[in-house]
Formats: sequence, structure tokens, C-alpha cells
Amino acid sequence: MALLAVNNLTKVFGGLSAVSDFNIELHPGELVGLIGPNGAGKTTVFNLLTGVYEPTEGTIQFNHENIVGLKPYEITQRGMARTFQNIRLFSNLSVLDNVRIAYHTHVKYGLTSAVMRLGNYYKEEEEMTRKAIEFLHIFNLDRKKDEIAKNLPYGEQRRLEIARALAAKPRLLLLDEPAAGMNPQETHELMNLIKWIRDEFKLTILLIEHDMSLVMGACERIYVLEYGMIIAHGTPEEIKSNPRVIEAYLGEEVAHA
Amino acid sequence: MQKILNKRIILTILVLGLLYGSIQNLIVQGKLNPYYEINLLLIGINIMMAVSLNLINGFTGQFSIGHAGFMAVGAYTSAVLTVKLQQPFPLAILAGSLAAALIGFLIGLPTLRLKGDYLAIATLGFGEIIKVVFVNIEYVGGASGLSGIPHITTWNWVFFLTAFTVVFIKNFINSTHGRACISIREDEIAAETMGINTTKYKVMAFTIGAFFAGAAGALYAHYFYIIQPNTFNFLKSIDYLVMVVLGGMGSITGSVLAATALTIISALLQRFAEIRMVIYALLLIVIMLFRPQGLMGNKEFSLSILERLGRGEKHGSVSSK
Ligand SMILES: Nc1ncnc2c1ncn2[C@@H]1O[C@H](COP(=O)(O)OP(=O)(O)OP(=O)(O)O)[C@@H](O)[C@H]1O
Ligand SMILES: [Mg+2]
Repeated sequence: MALLAVNNLTKVFGGLSAVSDFNIELHPGELVGLIGPNGAGKTTVFNLLTGVYEPTEGTIQFNHENIVGLKPYEITQRGMARTFQNIRLFSNLSVLDNVRIAYHTHVKYGLTSAVMRLGNYYKEEEEMTRKAIEFLHIFNLDRKKDEIAKNLPYGEQRRLEIARALAAKPRLLLLDEPAAGMNPQETHELMNLIKWIRDEFKLTILLIEHDMSLVMGACERIYVLEYGMIIAHGTPEEIKSNPRVIEAYLGEEVAHA
Repeated sequence: MQKILNKRIILTILVLGLLYGSIQNLIVQGKLNPYYEINLLLIGINIMMAVSLNLINGFTGQFSIGHAGFMAVGAYTSAVLTVKLQQPFPLAILAGSLAAALIGFLIGLPTLRLKGDYLAIATLGFGEIIKVVFVNIEYVGGASGLSGIPHITTWNWVFFLTAFTVVFIKNFINSTHGRACISIREDEIAAETMGINTTKYKVMAFTIGAFFAGAAGALYAHYFYIIQPNTFNFLKSIDYLVMVVLGGMGSITGSVLAATALTIISALLQRFAEIRMVIYALLLIVIMLFRPQGLMGNKEFSLSILERLGRGEKHGSVSSK
């Protein structure tokens, strides 16, 4: 059964259809790519899935539930987490606090325990900190836990954003150009890491990426978006040889990937 | 971990106990003249106002400039209870705080859809509306105010409620609920997509902030015998805003220091009432020029800074615990 099933998703901004008649189906455990030229509507799709934008039309079934109209936090609580193309960390907070905040929905102690320092306050805070450090460790950031997020180098900020998304314990993880701005070495390591966390945390991942070799190498299936519409989907091999894709967008890049 | 925390708690209690004991001692021996007493109590009340406003403005990032309005609700509600309904003071304080919290909740719901400047203007409008409402209620004396309020507020009341306010808000901030508020300040969209119900936490910050402003209002009313709508005007709200900005948005100790310092400066400038606001304004301009993040920025002053300085360490982040 599909974890995510999107039907006829459409988003119109003023007169412009950023996304139209978008259909996608993701099965548990898949690592799927979403590619397309600048302005194709990829980020808009993520914003629709996560409830940041409300669709003009269409349905989004997540885990057998229609999530259209839910607030972003409600969708996150149902098991979807994301990163942002233009990094959105809690930039004045420590690396550790960035991750601890994502853990918020799983904390059980209430306001009274918090203020009176009663009940499970200490226990849960300690547990949360321990788990946050575990996530940071995966991304090799645990030694930087007390640094202020905005002072991290760019590549580390990107990794921190993924760590934060993971801490929300999602079933579906949406990554918007996670390797943007990284050098080839970092990109390669990140891709291996993404595959590893997919297996380790039994995740389903939808990934937007500009780097062709990266998408082709990592993803099992790829959707190609142009002018808000899906023009092709299939395995990397099929996409590489799809004339429509080559013509519309990828050109020589695909042939060389 | 737990051990260190306990050490901190014991230390805090010791420091507070010492402060309380020495001032209590002065009062008992009759060495504290009324002028000092007034200002001492004002410091406490202003700390309550500044710290509670900081929760809304500094920590949650919602620019509110109508905090005196909540104080007015607390002051009037509590005074009506003691003067008109002959209820005991503790009940009056509680009712005043709850009434302010209720108003904070009701104001919070619709206005928190607004952001930045728009929210500021809405809260400003709210403060003025509260004032006008009291002007028009004859039952509470209209424009001339409510007088004959019993003088019940003592150093004890102010000290313990101020300490309670500071500890409450500090503990709130250092919990997952407080971090939810802070994440809204940092990036509302990211907060929301990390599973935080931003509307709930904004309203919560407003409600808690208003609650303590209401308590401060109740203490104020029962110290000065009389309250008038004009006591809680726009300038009063600005006073508290200045304390928060001066101390540092997002620093509780900053608010405590700034509220204390500005109360003392105001008292010293009392004799030059005409130029008081000018000096006040100049002070602000100078501070904003040289230290726009406020005295403490978003850091907290704690004894561990002193320890670290003692050991000669220069950097490392200041503890926020
Ligand atoms: N909030 C908005 N209001 C109006 N137009 C928008 C909005 N968000 C996106 N758009 C428009 O929708 C189209 C798709 O944008 P989107 O950001 O989804 O593209 P993208 O595929 O992510 O591009 P890129 O590769 O550059 O990130 C663009 O024409 C963009 O200008
Ligand atoms: Mg994009």
C-alpha cells in the first residue's frame, strides 16, 4: 500500500499554475527523486505536501488519511518531516536545541511539570538531550552541540537541518536540495548517509536535487517536473533515455551522468 | 547533571534568602525610610512587568506594546474585589491575574494572526481601549479613578511574587514548551513544520505574560491607594518595553537588571521631572547605538560566568540554564 498518494494536485498563484495535475505515489522504504528545471514547481510540491500552502485542487493521502487542510504541525505529527532549500534553522539557538525542538511532539510532561520541575521533567529532558546527541552523532555534529547554529559552516548547517528533521521521527522525509552548495566530496558522503538513514530508520524519502549524477546514483525512481507538470517518471535508466526529458531539460547532462 | 542543577537551585535559594533576609531586617529595624521602600517595591513590580513582557516580546518574538493594559486589568479587578466586595487580598491578586490572563488569551487569539508592525499596532490599540473602557465605567470611578484601596501590599508580597514570576518564567523557558516559543521567534515556518502548534504557543505566551502583568497590577493598586486609567497609559507600556529592550530581548536576567536600573534612574531623576524623559530617551539612543542587542543580548547572567572569568577563560557560550 502506498504511504503517500497524491492525486491531481494543483496550485495556482494569481494567474500562474505553479503545479498542475501532479500525481505521485510513494511506497514504504522507497528513495524517490523529484527533478526539474528552475521554477518547475518542485519546492511548491513540498510546500503543498507539508501544509505550508493549501492546494487549489487535488488530494493528498498520507498513511490512508486525507491531509489536505491540515496545519503543517499536524502533518508533522502524523509522520512527515522536511528540510528547506534555503536553510531554515533556528539560527540563534545552539545546535543541540535545534534538534531538541524537533523532539517536542514526543515530550509528554505538561506545563505544570515544566514550571514546577516535577514529575518527568528531568527524566524526559535528559532522555531528549541524549537522543538529540545521538542524531547529531550520526551527522558528525555531536562535538559542535553547543555552537550557535548560524555559526556553522554551510555544509554542516545542511546536515543539521536533516538531523533536526529526523528527530521529529518521520515516516516520510522530504529533502529539498540537501546537497546544494556542497563540494563533490561532501555531496558523495551525504548521499551515502541519506541511503544509510533510509535503511536505519525505515524511512521513505522524497528528494529534490539538481545534481544529476547524485539523483541517478541514489534514487530508485525519479519524477521529472516541468512547468508544474510531470513530464516523465521511471527508473534512472528510463529517465536517462527518455527523449522528452533530454529535450526539455536535461540535455547532455543526462547522457553523461 | 541532576547534581549540578541541584547545586544551582541551592545557590539560588541562598542568594534570594540573603537578599530577602537583609532587606527584611532593615524594615523590621525601621531603617528603611518610605522613599526607599516605595522604590524597592517598584523595582519588584517592574521586574514582574519586564520579565513577563520579555516572554512575549523577547522569547516568543511577538512585538507587543500594550503590556500596561494587562496591568490595568489586574489592578482594577483586584481593587474591585477588595474595595467593593470586601474579599481577601490573596484572592484579589489571583482574580486580577486570572482576569488579565483571560483578556490576554482573548486578545491573543485574533491578533496573533498579525505579524510585526501590525501586531504592535493592534496591541497598542488594545492598551488604549482598556484605558477608555475604565474611563467609562462609573462603578470604578471613571476618569478620576478608584480610590480608597487598602494599603496591603508589603515588601513580603512583592518579594515573593517577583521571585515566583522570575522562577516560573525561567523554568517555562527552559522546558520544551519554552523552546517551542523560542523557535517561533527564530523561524515560524520552520517551527510549524517541526511539529509545533505555533498559534497555541503564541497564545500561551500572551496568556502567561498577561497573568503576571495582572499580578503586578494588583500589587501596584494595593500599594498606592488609588488607581486611574491614565496610570496605565501608553507611556507606561513603553517604559516596560524599554526595560526589555535595554536588558536584552530573550534574557530574563537582562530584564531584571534593566528593570532595577531604570527604576533607580527614574527615582533619581524625579526632581528633574521635566527633563526626565529627555535623559531617558538619550540613554536609550546611546545604548541602542553602542549595544543594540541590549545589555545581555539573549544570554543569561549566571554565577558560572563569574566562575569562568575567575578561571581566566575568555569564551564559551554563557550558560542559559
Ligand atoms: N508563494 C508564491 N507566490 C507566488 N508565486 C510563487 C510562490 N511560490 C512559488 N511561486 C512560483 O511558482 C513557480 C515554482 O516555484 P518553485 O519554487 O516551486 O520552483 P522550484 O522547482 O523549486 O525551482 P528551483 O529549482 O529554483 O528551486 C515559480 O514560478 C515561482 O515563482
Ligand atoms: Mg525549489
